[in-house]
Amino acid sequence: MASMKLAINGRTYNLDADPDATLLSVLREQLDLTGSKYGCGEGQCGACTVLVDGKARRACQMPVSTVADKSIVTIEGLTKGDDLHPVQQAFLDEGAMQCAYCTSGMIMSAVSLLNFKPNPSEKEIADYMQGNICRCGTQPRIVEAIRKAAAAMRGAGS
Amino acid sequence: MNTKPQPALPLDPERYELRAPASYVFESNRREFFKFLGAGVFIACASSKASAFQESGGGRRNSEELPKEIDAWLHIGEDGGITVFTGKVEVGQNIRTSLTQAVAEELNVPVHSIRLVMGDTQLVPFDMGTFGSRTTPVMNLQLRRVSAAARDALVDLAAKQWGVDRARLTTSDGQVFDPQTKRSLPYAQIVKGQQITQMLPAEDPLIPASDWKIAGRSLPKVNGRDFVTGKHRYPSDQTLPGMLYGKVARPTAFNATLVSAETQAAEQLPGVMVVRDGNFLGVAAPTSRIAEQALSLIHLQWKAEPQPSKAELFEYLKKNQSPREDRDEGPVAKKGDVPKALAAAAHKVQQTYNINYIAHAPLEPRAALAEWNGDQLNVWTGTQRPFGVRGELATAFHLPEDKVRVFMPDTGAAYGGKHTGDAAIEAARLARAARKPVKVVWTREEEFTWAYFRPAGVIEVTSGVDAGGKITAWEFHNYNSGSAGIPTYYDIPNQLIEFHPVKSPLRQGSYRGLAATANHFAREVHMDELAHVVGVDPLEFRVKNLREERLRDVFVKGAEKFGWSKPKPKNHGYGVGGGYEKLGYVATFVEVAVDRGTGDVKIERVLTAFDCGAIVNPDGLRNQLIGANIMALGGALFEAVEFENGRILNNHFASYRVPRFRDLPPMDAFLLDRKDEPSVGAGEAPIVGLAPAIANAVFDVVGVRLRGMPLGPLLVSHGYQFA
Repeated sequence: MASMKLAINGRTYNLDADPDATLLSVLREQLDLTGSKYGCGEGQCGACTVLVDGKARRACQMPVSTVADKSIVTIEGLTKGDDLHPVQQAFLDEGAMQCAYCTSGMIMSAVSLLNFKPNPSEKEIADYMQGNICRCGTQPRIVEAIRKAAAAMRGAGS
Repeated sequence: MNTKPQPALPLDPERYELRAPASYVFESNRREFFKFLGAGVFIACASSKASAFQESGGGRRNSEELPKEIDAWLHIGEDGGITVFTGKVEVGQNIRTSLTQAVAEELNVPVHSIRLVMGDTQLVPFDMGTFGSRTTPVMNLQLRRVSAAARDALVDLAAKQWGVDRARLTTSDGQVFDPQTKRSLPYAQIVKGQQITQMLPAEDPLIPASDWKIAGRSLPKVNGRDFVTGKHRYPSDQTLPGMLYGKVARPTAFNATLVSAETQAAEQLPGVMVVRDGNFLGVAAPTSRIAEQALSLIHLQWKAEPQPSKAELFEYLKKNQSPREDRDEGPVAKKGDVPKALAAAAHKVQQTYNINYIAHAPLEPRAALAEWNGDQLNVWTGTQRPFGVRGELATAFHLPEDKVRVFMPDTGAAYGGKHTGDAAIEAARLARAARKPVKVVWTREEEFTWAYFRPAGVIEVTSGVDAGGKITAWEFHNYNSGSAGIPTYYDIPNQLIEFHPVKSPLRQGSYRGLAATANHFAREVHMDELAHVVGVDPLEFRVKNLREERLRDVFVKGAEKFGWSKPKPKNHGYGVGGGYEKLGYVATFVEVAVDRGTGDVKIERVLTAFDCGAIVNPDGLRNQLIGANIMALGGALFEAVEFENGRILNNHFASYRVPRFRDLPPMDAFLLDRKDEPSVGAGEAPIVGLAPAIANAVFDVVGVRLRGMPLGPLLVSHGYQFA
């Protein structure tokens, strides 16, 4: 065990953790941030996706010691007060979910994509989201939600 | 009621994993209920044997005890909140939303005032499970009836309070209204201080679908915000103070016996407890990482017998039928004289179709949290059968069922794959030894290995057709995959249709649509083969041999929408597959294109026409229908469980391919809204048409006949590949 500081969702957490434990297990088991999901533990499904310094990362593949000096955002940190992030809002508006177990990871991946590509084509969205699995088959709605969110964010930014 | 009576929806016989106890007894009494709910109006719905509960006094009862056989109930609190209790559970099919719509419609209350308690075995009436597309035809109807009865009770109370004739009163937006005096009374005020139970009348005038205002319209997922914010707690997210994390040692092969275990090293880790009980060996630890470490330190010896492998699967299935005396059923259909009709047929076709095992792979693996309070066991788990799991736990721990309570938080999907209580039993066993709550979440590898699969199968079809293109003989044998969807809906005078059970080499069970996918695949590809033999357009050939009007409609109207009769671009092919399943009518149309240079076959577009009666939630239905097609794409093109001598070889998402973003062609839904027909389920039927439609479209343009699922490897053997 090692004591460490984690910067998550704009808050600093001081905790004792096994440095080799995954970020996902620390989020879920020690910090009760269960919005990031376990889907495969192998970086193959994207359900655990979080932002590390603004980029989508698979939390199940990251030893927690490697993110101690980084800024981490989880699904719980996207909302500003009562206001949903435009990507969250677009997923709601498009009904882009069924069981919604993949939704956190999908939203975090989408936020990451739009961080560096504000106006992605349909193909670019599919390419970027390829690592996120939805077994219920809501992918077409997710693509549409990301396009809507991109438009909303460009509108808000201009 | 203006709607037609509900057609029967029998249980499929091949639900091997089902062991539902035939118990319809409700254990709680009314006093406990009101402790939970507070005062208000309580409406019990006894639909199946309603007459047995009718008592003198206008069907109203005030006794302490609740009737024992009840299907659903509803409570209206003094704060105006409506609480609805149902044994159905939410696994992503969005029935929390569609059932809410049914209640809002009949009770005349805003959607946001309704809360559904689902799958909590202590509070909800017995329900055998959420499967077989039964929620909409059965539970939706029951909740409409119970809500209508509740509305009547409220009107009665208001009429009494005002001293007016109830006939002139109306309801809207959670209030009773008197048009003569312009007075209104909110439901919340009417029920103040009341504690009554209203029994359901035998017959209710329900609101016809053509007059629906809340049902029949798209309503987003009622608790959608909880999911996009990560707030919702799935079974695997549940926690309790002092909880430990459990892991279970898995055998090296199926049906292996644990010979020896060295556990000392594991037991020396801080806070680790090891439990061995027969073939069960598990650990509980303060974190999941320590639990994993502990498990890796345990040395186990297993003894396993040689087992069949995938290489010999289809041969094995043909040769290992269960002995006849073990079966309780004869042929599914037997009429006319098949051999005679075959001998007289102008053309005879005989073909075999092979179906591989596939996995459900719900994104949330099996998970359970268990705690013991003395001899009372509480378990939170993701299951389609909370009462079934309660029964499994009671059996496993020799408890009466009323000592077991199963909670079912909205779960990360199931697709027919979560009928059993494996993780629940494991967590409960560890928790009992640890004297602390224990959570068990299966790894992806465990989910791919130790869950059950959609059955593999061999299907043999022999058919005869006359010179005019009418099918005269149909012989259909299914080995192992099951009998769902096995009867033919084509109009054929001579038939022999039989399902042959086999001792499956792998653990198998329900899957979205069950064997209907396999049986539709074989039937609809075979129909195409027959159409080709007689030289008739495949759609025309189907229609020519169909009598059922609603099925003709989805084929004909779907074809129009698809543009079936329009000329195809060069190197493009069309295919169709469809049928009748779980009371729904479906036809799927596919266009593929082949690149003659590279051999790439690309699915250009998919259209599925669907009739499930009066549509409850059009957007929810589209979501289900497209989702079913996307799920179908995996089984159609590439999914197959690889196994060898009792081991699964592709038990990771890296080796077991499921449909991803780049795999998806444009997919469209064409919904036939039949407001004059009862609403039926939609989660399963739309999955059956895609695979045969793709196979038939490939034949149309490439000329290669693919007679098995998945199609991908078969296409490759002909020198082409799906792009």
